[in-house]
Amino acid sequence: MPILQVEHLSKRFDQHEVLRDISFSIEKGEVLAIIGSSGGGKTTMLRCLNFLETADDGTISVDGKVIFDGNVQNPQNFRSTDKSKMRSGKKAVRMSDEELRAARRHFGLVFQSFNLFPQYNVLQNVTLAPTLAKAGTPDEINARARALIDRVGLTEKLDFYPCQLSGGQQQRVAIARSLALSPDILCFDEPTSALDPELTGEVLRVIRDLRQENMTMVIVTHEMEFARAVADKVIFMADGIIEEMGSPDEIFTNPKSPKLRSFLGNF
Amino acid sequence: MFSDVLTALAAGFGKTLQIFFLTLAGAVPLGLVIAFGSMSRFKPLKYAVRGLIWIIRGTPLMLQLIVIFYGPALIFGFDPWGGANSGRLAATLFSFILNYACYFSEIYRGGIESISKGQYEAGQVLGMTRSQVFFRVVLLQVVKRIMAPMSNEIITLVKDTSLARVVAVSELLFKAEAFTKSQGLIWPLFFTGVFYLLFSGLLTVVFGKLEKKLSYFN
Repeated sequence: MPILQVEHLSKRFDQHEVLRDISFSIEKGEVLAIIGSSGGGKTTMLRCLNFLETADDGTISVDGKVIFDGNVQNPQNFRSTDKSKMRSGKKAVRMSDEELRAARRHFGLVFQSFNLFPQYNVLQNVTLAPTLAKAGTPDEINARARALIDRVGLTEKLDFYPCQLSGGQQQRVAIARSLALSPDILCFDEPTSALDPELTGEVLRVIRDLRQENMTMVIVTHEMEFARAVADKVIFMADGIIEEMGSPDEIFTNPKSPKLRSFLGNF
Repeated sequence: MFSDVLTALAAGFGKTLQIFFLTLAGAVPLGLVIAFGSMSRFKPLKYAVRGLIWIIRGTPLMLQLIVIFYGPALIFGFDPWGGANSGRLAATLFSFILNYACYFSEIYRGGIESISKGQYEAGQVLGMTRSQVFFRVVLLQVVKRIMAPMSNEIITLVKDTSLARVVAVSELLFKAEAFTKSQGLIWPLFFTGVFYLLFSGLLTVVFGKLEKKLSYFN
């Protein structure tokens, strides 16, 4: 059974269809890379998985359990209002905040711009969410956080604040933070796009290590070499649809779609 | 003579401090409630609150104090304050807290809206509740950003306490003026400046320390 199954996911912003009929699945321990030019819907897709946006239609299932179904529910985060739903006259049944948080718990998200909490040091950034969620005793949470920080190679920076770290170090802390609540699937939204070229390596190395440990990951990236090396499956998105999907070899060596061919030609 | 004046002024300064601290104690939290109201997604509430802020910021505090103190009795024939000194002080605090809460609310709103969306989203994807995101992630960052405008506003409050004179609350300036009226002495009035300066100087130092304390992050 796939750990993540997405079927017929669609998302509209006003009249603009950002996602159209997106379907794919990944198995536990697999790494999915999503490539494509800006504006193709990659980031919106990730945001729908993490419930930062509400898809209009389709389903999202984790481990065989449907956690989102556009036909029955319309979960909303507290920033967006979904006018398209009202226009189409569908009955909107909102997920409660509680259900929304439970659904989010399946996913972790690493942002392009890190979004560490500036007033907390490295250790506190990692322990904050599990502490608030009461996911264990303070000692357990602390030990786990230290282990995660060690895993991303920042043990000697435990009491540093984000403003004292380089971009690459900040992103590694962000990865440790997103692992603190043991998500089933870890998502990355262009994790190296905000970094200086010489700093991307350390972040990519951490992601490679996670792959060795069989972490299930969905990675939106512009690093083609990296996608090819690390992914089990690659999706090329263009204009809101999955233009082509396959193994790294199929995508990078034998691209079929003309759009994919011209996209790869840029690298 | 000098010690008589000083004793009277010190008593007046005590009243000034009372107005100052009680106003802060009321307006700092009330401002947050008003800020949330002015950002509400429920439009009628939002516009009602913004209307209130417009009225309070658009008219002089002295006028508000006069209307709040004399208005109920003149318009409705009902005086909630009573003629006693405590009633005068209560009316003063009511107007001051309302006025300053409205100013504070706009500072808070600016601070809250300046926090990047990414901070909220990072909290959300980590499974935090809305109030956890606000109180554990956003609030301290807002406090840091509003430090300078808040210290400005709070130092203004030190001097605005003298407006309580119009409803005969015996604060510092009121006490000094009494010497002018009864004995033709003008210097006690000048001398109040020393109190105001020393107190606002002290506040400046305190705010400087606080800003420094929050400078460990950005």
